[in-house]
Amino acid sequence: MKLNLKIWRQKNNKSKGMIHDYVLDGVEEDMSFLEMLDYLNNKLLNEGKEPVAFDHDCREGICGSCSLFINGVAHGPEKGTTTCQLHMRKFKDGETVYVEPFRAKAFPVIKDLIVDRSSFDRIQQAGAYISVNTSGNTQDANSIPIPKQNADEAFNAATCIGCGACVASCKNSSAMLFTSAKVSQFSLLPQGQVERESRVLNMVNQMDLEGFGACTNTGACEAQCPKGISVKNIARMNREYIMANVKK
Amino acid sequence: MDKDLKMFSIGDLAEFLNVSQKTIRRHINSGKIESKKVGGVHRIPIHSVRKFLNPNESILENDFDRDINMDNKTSQSFPFQNKVPDGPMEQKWSNHKRNINLVSPANKRLIDVIVVGTGLAGASASATLAELGYNVKSFCFQDSSRRAHSIAAQGGINAAKNYQGDGDSVYRLFYDTVKGGDYRSREANVHRLAEVSTNIIDQCVAQGVPFARDYGGLLDNRSFGGVLVSRTFYAKGQTGQQLLLGAYSAMNRQVNRGKIKMYTRHEMLELVIVDGKARGIIARNLVSGKLERHAAHAVVIASGGYGNVFFLSTNAMGSNVTAAWKIHKKGAYFANPCFTQIHPTCIPVSGENQSKLTLMSESLRNDGRIWVPKNKTDVKKIIEKKLKPTDIKEEDRDYYLERRYPAFGNLVPRDVASRAAKERCDAGYGVNKTGEAVYLDFYSAIIRYGKEQAHTKGLDENNKELIEKLGKEIIKQKYGNLFEMYEKITDENPYETPMMIYPAVHYTMGGVWVDYNLMTTIPGCYAIGEANFSDHGANRLGASALMQGLADGYFVLPYTIGDYLSSDIRTGKISTDLPEFEVAEKEAFDKLNYFIQNKGSKPVDYFHKKLGRIMWNKCGMSRNKDELLEAISEIKKLKEDFYKNVFVPGELFDFNEELAKAGRVADFLELGELFAKDALEREESCGGHFREEHQTKEGEALRDDENYNFVSAWQFKENSEPMLHKEILKFESVKLKSRSYK
Repeated sequence: MKLNLKIWRQKNNKSKGMIHDYVLDGVEEDMSFLEMLDYLNNKLLNEGKEPVAFDHDCREGICGSCSLFINGVAHGPEKGTTTCQLHMRKFKDGETVYVEPFRAKAFPVIKDLIVDRSSFDRIQQAGAYISVNTSGNTQDANSIPIPKQNADEAFNAATCIGCGACVASCKNSSAMLFTSAKVSQFSLLPQGQVERESRVLNMVNQMDLEGFGACTNTGACEAQCPKGISVKNIARMNREYIMANVKK
Repeated sequence: MDKDLKMFSIGDLAEFLNVSQKTIRRHINSGKIESKKVGGVHRIPIHSVRKFLNPNESILENDFDRDINMDNKTSQSFPFQNKVPDGPMEQKWSNHKRNINLVSPANKRLIDVIVVGTGLAGASASATLAELGYNVKSFCFQDSSRRAHSIAAQGGINAAKNYQGDGDSVYRLFYDTVKGGDYRSREANVHRLAEVSTNIIDQCVAQGVPFARDYGGLLDNRSFGGVLVSRTFYAKGQTGQQLLLGAYSAMNRQVNRGKIKMYTRHEMLELVIVDGKARGIIARNLVSGKLERHAAHAVVIASGGYGNVFFLSTNAMGSNVTAAWKIHKKGAYFANPCFTQIHPTCIPVSGENQSKLTLMSESLRNDGRIWVPKNKTDVKKIIEKKLKPTDIKEEDRDYYLERRYPAFGNLVPRDVASRAAKERCDAGYGVNKTGEAVYLDFYSAIIRYGKEQAHTKGLDENNKELIEKLGKEIIKQKYGNLFEMYEKITDENPYETPMMIYPAVHYTMGGVWVDYNLMTTIPGCYAIGEANFSDHGANRLGASALMQGLADGYFVLPYTIGDYLSSDIRTGKISTDLPEFEVAEKEAFDKLNYFIQNKGSKPVDYFHKKLGRIMWNKCGMSRNKDELLEAISEIKKLKEDFYKNVFVPGELFDFNEELAKAGRVADFLELGELFAKDALEREESCGGHFREEHQTKEGEALRDDENYNFVSAWQFKENSEPMLHKEILKFESVKLKSRSYK
């Protein structure tokens, strides 16, 4: 099939970017979206041109490296799918496809479609951990039974891959879904209770410092999250935050 | 001061006599060297060592037996000690921990350690070293340390907890791993791995890793290939993700404390050696393209495996051998490069433009049954889409694993399952258009679970529709995300039709040679996780990679590294202005600059794909002498072509992914050649290494313990052929016998 690609090109974060047009013929249905970009890049390289830069690594939908705003939707049209697992059979022959980076103040563009998401790491560093040193003497893993429901819910929150689709699809560029997923995971587990209050305060504080927006409950984050992380986590984080402030 | 009155510390004396500190300690303990304890520290008067010295103060070898001569565990020809401690197998690790040198908390603050890679091994090592008090610098090429490829591990992690009461024990895990590795791993290392496995689970639960639990709130287990117990802990099909995020959180805590300095989007390009010791690295900032010098007292390589030498593998796109290969070229031996794991359950290749392969977790083999049609006429009809797999009657299906290996059935180890699939497909029973696919069928499991559910809930056990519905729900709970992933990639619904699978390159058992302390043959340079060679022999069992990565990082390296660093407490900061850093930086610059200046016309991937095809066709699931010789000469030619014709656009000091890729492929080309050479040299079949010349009448692997019971450790030689050293493997606890899963 043949595609009209409109791709954001930007040399670095100091220069201005713009949409470039590429007509790409010979795209196969079984290609993933990123393989389609590989195919385009191979063509560009054979013409002696610079390839389009984009983030990617595992190509199994789990590392969270790939991003891309495809036709105005984070990770493209398929629900619950990362860009690397989106296949070209979801597009039509002759279709025009816009490919842009995830846009947010806290995600500055590095080059072309690559953005800097280190703000996410800094939110995690502010408190997304349980302070336990490595030793051979931590208590036996089965000494604290955890109700299956809580364990499953904690797991569901913990499956966030940190890709940033929630931020990119939020009109406020809010990182509430990302931050709340981690806060939820730990507040649902007995191990997370000790630092429960300081954790939510520190993480929310860091989130604000990074320049992410506030949440206005549109739910766009959940709708476009490739892992289906629920907005219930945001509600839980709000409760945790208020409780922590009251106790402070 | 009068020289005769001079008092030595152990470290000084060891340096003065050019022997190890351990040797000195042994002589003190045996009374051969006199020592006084001053403030708790040994002080040795010079006169007590006089008797060992020649007039010119060089050492009298005969009187002063060094450790290396005492050690009969390594062969005479192997130039390094493996440092496996004496004593019974089950006491080696605890004895060793008791005897090795420690660094005091105050001194740890003065010591810097570089860790390259942030997968399970690298992240857990960084976190633990920082907790202990060392200053850690961590490097990864990804944009965040959380994205290392350990994240993609699906099935689970083994531990000898025996929570299921099914007869598991440390010994059984140890035995299964040695046997699964086809008796080509180092026994003492494996035993240690089995010992610390239980601590890993405790540690991870304490960190808040949400493992799967049963309704009583306790941890659940499942079974994996090659074993007869359920010892695998899991978090749905995302165990690697949850464990890595656990290690990432432990790292984050140390970043927050200022004990880890994180360098993301950085790639190590050279090792810096000063006075024979690893003292730093040259890294390239992948955003600015600038080369940076980083100094430390020790360097830990945790950069994973080299499966991407095959181009198509289940590894991440960026996974590479560069860090491991660079240290190899600086003196670290590379062990067993030909031991590669081909995983039996991957999604088959669909087309020419495919960039990577996707694994379907081995855990699926718990409930999935593998088959191909019995009759070739059915195969033909399936490929022509005139028949659906579900149309084929039970008696016309060949469940070939159950047929050939009744004891283990679908849960035979990976190498056995992969070869059996290849055997059927080569015989013409492959079920897709390329003839390279077999079925993995869940229907029996759906019915089994459905009946169980109906029984528990008091529903009609004969209602087929209801049973199927209930069964599918259970399968969804267990493998939901894997089934979804399969459907996304292939556009087929695996709840309704069997999955199609085929083997693909997945893991590399070979890697940098390390001793019992996980140190390479370069003092101060360590290798952990998949990057080293020691624990899995010629074949890795399922759910053991996560175990080894975390064992090395949390529980082994942080202790053993102290033994080396204890002699570094007075060294002080290492300066990056040393000439050695300048030379290494220039080396890295020249290599990159060559690619930028080269006026070629073909992109890097062109060469990488070609290399991958050579490797897959000639060094893949089965190998023979002629093809290996061809592979070596083809790779040599390809390498020449690469340096002549590769095209890299852009600039060196800028973001430039093609340049990074060119550097990695250059290293893969060199590794590929050594890989083929190693496979050629090893005239036996063991584990993942199958030589067609060495098989039984039934087509099973034929190991040769008399002649090949060793680790092949290769030494790099500039401008000449690599040199093979053999570390003979001694089996004290496990008897060598032929591996049978029948």
